[in-house]
Amino acid sequence: MHLAYPAVLSALLFCTGLYGVLARRNAILVLMSVELMLNAVNLNLVAFDVWLSRAAKETLHSGQALTLFTIAIAAAEIGIGLAIVLAVHRNRGTADIDKLRDTAEGPGTGGSGIEDPGSSAAEKAEATA
Amino acid sequence: MTPAAAVSLAAGHPGFLSPTGVEIAFLLVGLVTFGAALVTVTTRQLVHAALWLVVALGGLAVEYLLLTAEFIAWVQVLIYVGSVVVLLLFGLMLTKAPIGRSPDADSGNRWAALTVAVAAAVALVWVVVDAFRTTWIDLNGPAAGSTHVTGESLFRTWVLPFEALSVLLLAALVGAIVLSRKATADTASGGTAPVEAPPTAPGEKEGAR
Repeated sequence: MHLAYPAVLSALLFCTGLYGVLARRNAILVLMSVELMLNAVNLNLVAFDVWLSRAAKETLHSGQALTLFTIAIAAAEIGIGLAIVLAVHRNRGTADIDKLRDTAEGPGTGGSGIEDPGSSAAEKAEATA
Repeated sequence: MTPAAAVSLAAGHPGFLSPTGVEIAFLLVGLVTFGAALVTVTTRQLVHAALWLVVALGGLAVEYLLLTAEFIAWVQVLIYVGSVVVLLLFGLMLTKAPIGRSPDADSGNRWAALTVAVAAAVALVWVVVDAFRTTWIDLNGPAAGSTHVTGESLFRTWVLPFEALSVLLLAALVGAIVLSRKATADTASGGTAPVEAPPTAPGEKEGAR
């Protein structure tokens, strides 16, 4: 098999995940896109490991070991990420990352947090919590 | 490398115009995987996005099988399709995601995102094809990723990272539990009835979430 096939598929999947991370508004959909990007990296690792295990006699199978590590770290990441998203949703009532602008800099963002009563109430609740 | 040298280097391998059976299968499954990934990042129904993610991840497992990495394929099926997608679906339900079409699934900068993604895709595909168009993976012979081979390399060479990873998984588990339980404990203790709050109160909060 040509190495170009898995490499191109992996590049396309990575860019799909990149679009999802940049364009999605729901935090869980962003997490799904991050999973797509991680899987693209995994496919690359596996393909290059299979190629190198044929090309070189002595191989440590580092690509497949790294793939297993990436899968485990992705599982940990999705657990922590979902816990954070649930905590944010519990405090703010939304999982919409466009509305989480408390640490945003620049003009136009500072005023919205003060004028929005729900946001300030949520901030107060979070401060007292 | 000059084009003539590249052609002579590629002459030993089959060209792109006469694909083998494995390549055709890889291409078809790859198309399905890429299409499912595209639907995942563009659909407006949040639950459908998670379900199309199953198709994309399952397609990737088939690609691993075609690359003779059997153990990785089954790990992919177990962890991604089995647990990660289920976790994502739980997250969607716990955050009260709308069931039908939600009009605000995409943010306003989707055209900028599309530009960035297409530019990155073009650049990456161009570089990758230019670099690896003559590289050939020999898939004959014993499988490169059977359980025997993977286990041997994992437990001979990569034992220390493997054990460190188990500690990391434990830390992530404890961290997720702490993150999930902190607010309920604070609400229970900061409420009006801190003393008489029985252990059922967190349970009710869990159910209400």
